[in-house]
Amino acid sequence: MDNIRALIVDDSSVMRKIVERSLRQAGLSLSQVLEAGNGAEALAAVQANKVDLILCDINMPVMDGLEFVKALAGVENAKGVPVVMITTEGSEGHVVQALSAGERGYIRKPFTSDQVKEHVLPVLAGK
Amino acid sequence: MIMNNSNSNATLTTVAGRECWVPTLQLAVNEVFELMLACPLETPAPPPAIPPLEEGLDITAMVGLAGMLCGMLTVRCSSKSATHMASRMLGIEPDKAGAEVWDAMGEICNMVAGNFKNKISGLGDGCMLSVPTVITGGDYNLHSPVNEEYRTVLLFEGQPLVLSLEVHN
Repeated sequence: MDNIRALIVDDSSVMRKIVERSLRQAGLSLSQVLEAGNGAEALAAVQANKVDLILCDINMPVMDGLEFVKALAGVENAKGVPVVMITTEGSEGHVVQALSAGERGYIRKPFTSDQVKEHVLPVLAGK
Repeated sequence: MIMNNSNSNATLTTVAGRECWVPTLQLAVNEVFELMLACPLETPAPPPAIPPLEEGLDITAMVGLAGMLCGMLTVRCSSKSATHMASRMLGIEPDKAGAEVWDAMGEICNMVAGNFKNKISGLGDGCMLSVPTVITGGDYNLHSPVNEEYRTVLLFEGQPLVLSLEVHN
């Protein structure tokens, strides 16, 4: 998969770098990587840029990941863009909440690069 | 599409079975270190005296828990260990870790707290986590209404890593 424009949303800069590295290790050719530290920054990023894939934490300050996914529904640029949540909040309730908010995949921290590959590639292929 | 990670089926104990919380905490932190740092922790034998107030454990990361379980999880280690953890997480040399050390410590504590609560039946949905806070320096007193404390000491690259779960009932 080539020239993927990815948006990585996490309040931890370390985690954003790990996610980017994991995407590259998964074989994705990333033409652009945008980063955001919370949902509000991410919303601004997708309003200003076209992206192909969003990876998003849930538990963040200012605007959390679930609020962001709900808000994303109103952004023309983001129509059909798959969102994969990467979070410590791996409970069934959070999965149900996230599904109803329209996301496409769910990875629980801690994770390996192989797990990122296993979860992200099918989501991109089904786009 | 929902897919489960291989470590997501490990619901080991219940809120009531608190005698299992220390081993559950050890399992939770070990998974974080194995998956995110490619570095399993060692269990010291014999276990060191608790609390192990060795000098130099000068970085403390904290995550608050609220809901069915209220309290605080802390992860404490030396600056040198924290730098090596950040280095391993990012795949960079320790001298390049810089300010990422604090972020890495906070994220480790966050993952341990999340992994721990997801292993306690009923806590996954019933307990929320705060964003992490990281304190540098060892000369401080933390005052909170603690009813119970669960502590364990593991070794990261031979150096102590102290985990403490303070619970407010």
